[in-house]
Amino acid sequence: MRIPIAALVGLFFTCLFFAMAIFAPFIAPYGMAEVVGDVWEPPSEQFRLGTDSIGRDLLSRMIYGGQTTIFIATAATALSFITGSVLGFFAAVSGGWIDQAISRFVDLIMSIPSLIFALVVLSVMPTTITILIVLMGLLDSTRVYRLARAVAVDITVMDYVEAARLRGEKTAWIIFREILPNALSPLVAEMGLRFIFAVLFVSTLSFLGLGVQPPQADWGGIVKENKEGINYGISAALYPAYAIAVLCISINLVADWILNRTTSLKGGRG
Amino acid sequence: MTEPLLKVRGLKIGATIYPPGEKARDIEIVHGVDFDLEPGKVLGLIGESGAGKSTIGLASMAYGRGGVEITGGSVEVNGRDVLQSGIRDIRRLRGAEVTYVSQSAAASFNPAKKIMEQVTEAAILQNKFTKAEAEERAVTLFAKLGLPDPDNIGQRYPHQVSGGQLQRCMTALALCPEPDLVVFDEPTTALDVTTQIDVLAAIKEAIRDTGVAALYITHDLAVVAQVSDHIMVLRMGDMVEYGTVDQIINQPREEYTRALVSVRSIEHEEKQPSPDPVLKVEGITARYKGTDFDVLKDVNVELHRGQTLAVVGESGSGKSTLARVITGLLPPSAGSITFDGRSLTPDMPSRPIDDLRELQMIYQMADTAMNPRQTVGTIIGRPLEFYFGLRGAEKQKRIQELLDEIELGDGFQDRYPAELSGGQKQRVCIARALAAKPKLIICDEVTSALDPLVADGILKLLLDLQKIEDVAYLFITHDLATVRAIADSIAVMYQGEVVRYGPKSQVLSPPFDDYTDLLLSSVPEMRLGWLEEVIANRKMESAGN
Amino acid sequence: MHPILKLVAQRLALGFLLLIAASVLIFAGTSILPGDVAQQILGQSATPEALENLRRELGLNEPALSRYFSWLGGILQGDLGTALTNGRDIAESLGTRLANTLFLAFWAALISVPLAIFLGLLAVRYKDRWPDKLISGVTLTTISIPEFMIGYVLIYWISIKFGWFSSVAIINDSMTLGQKLNAIAIPVMVLTLVVLAHMMRMTRAAILNVMQSAYIETAELKGMPMLRIIRKHAFPNAIAPIVNVVMINLAYLVVGVVVVEVVFAYPGMGQYLVDHVAKRDIPVVQACGLIFAAVYIGLNLVADIVSILANPRLRHPK
Repeated sequence: MRIPIAALVGLFFTCLFFAMAIFAPFIAPYGMAEVVGDVWEPPSEQFRLGTDSIGRDLLSRMIYGGQTTIFIATAATALSFITGSVLGFFAAVSGGWIDQAISRFVDLIMSIPSLIFALVVLSVMPTTITILIVLMGLLDSTRVYRLARAVAVDITVMDYVEAARLRGEKTAWIIFREILPNALSPLVAEMGLRFIFAVLFVSTLSFLGLGVQPPQADWGGIVKENKEGINYGISAALYPAYAIAVLCISINLVADWILNRTTSLKGGRG
Repeated sequence: MTEPLLKVRGLKIGATIYPPGEKARDIEIVHGVDFDLEPGKVLGLIGESGAGKSTIGLASMAYGRGGVEITGGSVEVNGRDVLQSGIRDIRRLRGAEVTYVSQSAAASFNPAKKIMEQVTEAAILQNKFTKAEAEERAVTLFAKLGLPDPDNIGQRYPHQVSGGQLQRCMTALALCPEPDLVVFDEPTTALDVTTQIDVLAAIKEAIRDTGVAALYITHDLAVVAQVSDHIMVLRMGDMVEYGTVDQIINQPREEYTRALVSVRSIEHEEKQPSPDPVLKVEGITARYKGTDFDVLKDVNVELHRGQTLAVVGESGSGKSTLARVITGLLPPSAGSITFDGRSLTPDMPSRPIDDLRELQMIYQMADTAMNPRQTVGTIIGRPLEFYFGLRGAEKQKRIQELLDEIELGDGFQDRYPAELSGGQKQRVCIARALAAKPKLIICDEVTSALDPLVADGILKLLLDLQKIEDVAYLFITHDLATVRAIADSIAVMYQGEVVRYGPKSQVLSPPFDDYTDLLLSSVPEMRLGWLEEVIANRKMESAGN
Repeated sequence: MHPILKLVAQRLALGFLLLIAASVLIFAGTSILPGDVAQQILGQSATPEALENLRRELGLNEPALSRYFSWLGGILQGDLGTALTNGRDIAESLGTRLANTLFLAFWAALISVPLAIFLGLLAVRYKDRWPDKLISGVTLTTISIPEFMIGYVLIYWISIKFGWFSSVAIINDSMTLGQKLNAIAIPVMVLTLVVLAHMMRMTRAAILNVMQSAYIETAELKGMPMLRIIRKHAFPNAIAPIVNVVMINLAYLVVGVVVVEVVFAYPGMGQYLVDHVAKRDIPVVQACGLIFAAVYIGLNLVADIVSILANPRLRHPK
């Protein structure tokens, strides 16, 4: 099997970013919240990307910020996947009123845009990292649910699932042995897209001041902290944009490759 | 000798295929075919799936479907090589000189436009007729093709007429611009057998009256024998034999042609009913949830140990629903089922495991009946494990025995379904059913999706296995030739009711009820002049009434 | 009654039900969540008296159900309540802001919808050739960047480096249309980029889907030229999916507006909402949330109804 060049490039950068997140304390030249220089110093030998609005090393902020952003996005994606796909499979296999009840409830949640819903909830909840993860994970699980259910419904109408039922197999066997192996690849591809959405979502919340709170670094927050600099032609706020773009494009390339090898099902964004 | 209308020399056609996970690759699907077609004559192209017959038909319009490309040779229509023509000339050819009738009229009509507009479109576009002339001609054709209310049917939308009617509208669409040649691509394959005969007669009459030449593509030799002057037999992109209808049907030269002609002629001696019925269906009435009519109405049938009951009917007759009721997927609203002397619980999940084991099922589409992520070994091995607790070497041994029984050799255990041919897939499904050591196997249209020769092989295998395993079959089918080949007793179903039931010899001999008569006389027979005979008989009968 | 009217009526009723359910959800999200809302708003250092006052003001001592109905009743009469932070009438403050937001969204839609459909057609016409690949490459990039970052990148390059257009988009009633358009030029560009990618991708898919139908082959075999096939056979069947795509993306645009307004300090509803979330001004959040949800549900409703109306099987029943 040959992996196309685009997917290889995507794979490389994805691994790079994750490695940077995991080993952040060893790679970052300075501490996360350490004030080490003047305000908005230009890039130099000492500060590769310059310093930020209060004189912290921007490269270190970027690395630690990546850690926070990637961690939150990963955790939220994992949560949304576990919740969404378990419920989706369960609804598809059960059918009847169970399916109806879960599906209608998901329709309802999706009738309100995720960002608006998150803002409403965050107006009364404290903005801790745990709450962010749970909130994003649950909101996004609706999309995973829809995909998982659609894929599973397509599979449950197959004669081989009926054959397994007629054989007398238990529900668990049907889900894990007959459905899951056939549903895996579209779900894995979707996982990439959901992860991207989580990165964008948490960055947006932090940018609005309603996500990760300072002095903790994260990519959306770095934009917020340095946005005034833009007006003076200082590009500090743009680095997170480039980082997010590279990470998301890389994951997109990998996901596209996985998806192209299998099916055309995709979930939405927003 | 007249100049041929269509002259094909050394036609080669290639295609690009995209196997999942691999690089795209080019293959050749037609390897150099020659033939002529004279004006006003009908040439039947016959072959199994993959023979390249549709591809050749479309090549006469310089058209390749989905990645198919004409790679060599020449196709002359009225003396011009269409493969050398520019796109403008090709457009003047299509819809004017050569037209096309597809298998699925339902998909080939634009759902958003009225039938009349689509039927007359090509004739007007190609400046053959004015709008008024084209519409007049369309109405004449509608009438000739036996469509009801020919003056107004054109004002309907495609979904407002039945499948058989739409297929005739498609024929009208093809004939409207007064073409020289019509390509019929399996025009009756998707229809029920009693509908097929009317459409077939209508097409034949229309061809004769308009004097148009035709390429008639089908997999059914009995059908093509009714409408063609000549027949070309194709196999895997090569011509096997070419001749007049009479010669091909009555004196086939090639082995392959002989096999096609003698297909479906398995003779099966009817067994005497044994005293102990393995299945007794009494007074079954059933309907689907949320509907308000009964799909099955008071059905009573009986099946004896080691024998075959064929349930025959057209689409919508309720024959597949009967299978769902017996398997317990659809609990009936009334009636009872006795299986091997004990009463069967109506709904499947609460049946004891032995009832599930002894009642197995084989499906029409072997493709979807096997989990594509499991190997043949896993598929056959699971019932052994599940019902008998077989493990390790013991299980392997039994799997091998089963593979031998279905005449698949070594090395099939580790293959995935995608690596098997259609016939092999169906064989694996049979092995999976046998693995449970069942007393009854429900076979739901198990040969309908297969090419005739392959289907014959499966039927022979099922007959052999019945002798060895002493298993009973409930054989659901729409195909009477299959019924003749395998049944001991027959139930004919029509609109949810059993209209005729009894031992094979009795059901298939006169006197008949109206529906059985219609059904039996509609099945195409492998001889010349059959269609005319039936139509003449029917006209006489209706005149007599 | 004509079956199609029945279906449309059903769909309208369903949309109304959904809106009611959404209002319950928004209300519940701000009222029944664990924790003391008053404590959250005033912080840990609040005195018991202040907490009690706030609870009374919010009506927190009454049962949730009766609070919900009095809230809903008020909304149905156009009374959105008063803001906690400044005591102003919410409906009044929202009026001009909603108008501003719609002004921004309108111009973004006016540019992005025709552009997306045109690019979608172009991608279909040159499927798998370089225009298609270029378009999908650019699409992939814009999908992968959050809208606020597109905003800053454009500000940095267009406004600061080249000195075109303003980096803030403050408008008021005394400005002429030209001045207003000049002020919102960059925000409109950002919004256009944000929805363009999705809309174009989905348009492409919708048209390709129609072009693969058997009736397109029938038309080709009638000798019709490509443009005529598209006009006469593909287009009537592609309207419904394309309208669907446009509506879904307009709904998405409404959400994108929230962030873009913050980036450009645009005096619209999005910024108003975000400000008051930070200030934990619950009545404002509830009102804004409900309006956004209503617009979103409304656009999806229009998409569904267009699909029903465009379906020939429903329009001409047997």
